[in-house]
Amino acid sequence: MELKIKSVKGRGIPLPGDDIDTDRIIPARYLKEITFEDMGKYAFYDERFDAKGNKKKHPFNDEKYFGAEILVVGRNFGCGSSREHAPQSLMRFGIKAIIGESFAEIFEGNCTTLGIPTVIAQRADIENLMSVIRDDPAFEIRIDLEDNIISYGDFSFPIKQKESSRIVLTQGRWDSLSELMEAKEKVNEIAKKLSYLNDFKK
Amino acid sequence: MGKENLFNKVWKLHSVRELPSGQTQLFIGLHLIHEVTSPQAFQMLRERKLKVACPKNTFATIDHIMPTDDVSRPLKDPLAEQMFSALEKNTKEFDIPLFDYKTKKQGIVHIIGPELGLTQPGMTIACGDSHTSTHGAFGNIALGIGTSQIRDVLATQCLAMAKPKVRRINVNGKLGKGVYAKDVILKIIQILGVKGGIGYAYEYGGKVLDNMSMEERMSVCNMSIEGGARAGYINPDQTTFDYIEGREFAPKGEEFDKAVKWWKSLAGNNAKYDNVVEIDGSKIEPIVTWGINPGQSVGITEKFPKPEDLPEEQRQTAMEAYDHTGFEPNAPVAGTKIDVAFIGSCTNSRITDLREAAKIADGRKVAKNVRALVVPGSQQVKAAAEKEGLDKIFIKASFEWRNAGCSMCLAMNPDKLQGREVCASSSNRNFKGRQGSPSGRTILMSPAMVAAAAIEGKLADVRDYL
Repeated sequence: MELKIKSVKGRGIPLPGDDIDTDRIIPARYLKEITFEDMGKYAFYDERFDAKGNKKKHPFNDEKYFGAEILVVGRNFGCGSSREHAPQSLMRFGIKAIIGESFAEIFEGNCTTLGIPTVIAQRADIENLMSVIRDDPAFEIRIDLEDNIISYGDFSFPIKQKESSRIVLTQGRWDSLSELMEAKEKVNEIAKKLSYLNDFKK
Repeated sequence: MGKENLFNKVWKLHSVRELPSGQTQLFIGLHLIHEVTSPQAFQMLRERKLKVACPKNTFATIDHIMPTDDVSRPLKDPLAEQMFSALEKNTKEFDIPLFDYKTKKQGIVHIIGPELGLTQPGMTIACGDSHTSTHGAFGNIALGIGTSQIRDVLATQCLAMAKPKVRRINVNGKLGKGVYAKDVILKIIQILGVKGGIGYAYEYGGKVLDNMSMEERMSVCNMSIEGGARAGYINPDQTTFDYIEGREFAPKGEEFDKAVKWWKSLAGNNAKYDNVVEIDGSKIEPIVTWGINPGQSVGITEKFPKPEDLPEEQRQTAMEAYDHTGFEPNAPVAGTKIDVAFIGSCTNSRITDLREAAKIADGRKVAKNVRALVVPGSQQVKAAAEKEGLDKIFIKASFEWRNAGCSMCLAMNPDKLQGREVCASSSNRNFKGRQGSPSGRTILMSPAMVAAAAIEGKLADVRDYL
């Protein structure tokens, strides 16, 4: 996998609505698996299928968006639980980046650790983009993380991203573990200084 | 004014270094794990041939999938059994203590941390669960994390994280009769919104918080995430120290005195904050939610809001909420029929919660057609309640008295809503489908309010029972 994520190109899939929570992205009953492998199947399960398993009307069921890689959402997307199952299910469904008006914090962090940029745009720009995608789902969208701009056809608009996320993605440092492992000595120093691990112990 | 606040002090003490991204490499003093978000993290460790850096600072329990009726092994649900076995295998392989049913110390991870004395002031605490903010009630930095971050903490005892700003929320005045910690946090979320806390840690204070017990403070800090804040905390004081003293993992004797001295050195109300919010506690009434997120709430004497009366940016979600709930805008909320009453969850399943609910249930009966459950937060809470005879009060009033776990808060065990049932719930989230039925409806409130609703079969004002 390419570590440095400087841009994402792909077709869009619009998912309007605000405060879409992690229980909607993946209902809790589908968390009962000890791997993330099959999580893609459960993305938005209750919104996509009725109690009998029949398909409901939902962008993720809509053939015209099949293969789309860029999810376009509203405000406070991913609020609720810290479950990484949520971004895992979107990633395994095929989503490579998310454009939204705002994101919940833990969700945003979880996406970044998986190499999924979450970029922030103005509501009006998002609404325009959604309607363009609805009219022509084949339109290619390009998110440029270095210049903070989204372009599609002749249009473009500015985006924002949490600066630390932008840096780790564009520099290929989003696998936090490798980086955290570099400072073992310093970690030990801190552990030796903390009162509750040294002066008084459990 | 002008001193460093507790959050910044504790952050500094645990800062290993600044990362190239501008984030901090933060040392984590206490790592709590459970069965749902950890198995994938252990797998990632194995794939990279890594060990757990500090198994002594890591503790595990099983809560989300625990049945609350038949707890015998193998669990009846094979998927739940698989998760239980995976946790047993992982904790054994990596030498991490597991508080399971046999230990009699099992329970919801955010209940047992404080109960065992693991949770203390001045620490950094991480857990793969967004309600980790609960532990902040003791004056520490407690963070909910994702599974890749669990892997990071297991392997390095560190997290990569940007320091949030700190907002002080003062709740002054005196709470009225029948108004509880749950109402305080629901009010805070109603005022600041479900995304108001993004980028912030919330420091709660003021007379109302000063007068609260630790259990009540935990209920407030628990729902910080529902307001968008990843962490919430309260400066430690004598109430905090008294709660910790004598608990299993608390420092003992002279060590305890040393600890109190250190804890006191961290505490400081009236410090420097990025922003301050004032709320008049005397004006809060018992609150219920009416929609599909915890910010959609009103006082029990109010009406279901009309979407057109709400600020423009709230209308779309309000319409979506009414589509889901079928409640009538402008109808009074009191009197809304319920089918299920749930007292439990990491927000409200501690002994004081059960006592308040039992006061209402005592000598009364759950309404016909209402299924009412009481799920203590831990085996120790259950035992304490039984010692006081609370179980008998609930059972006599026709509540089901269950074993400890997360239960119907998120319905990963067999406790679920059916179809379009309406549930009066002491839990923390009223998201669509949260309680196990995609079309089920959740109304959040205090445990005493749940008890009152159970008895009347509809939403009722608990103050009429006091």
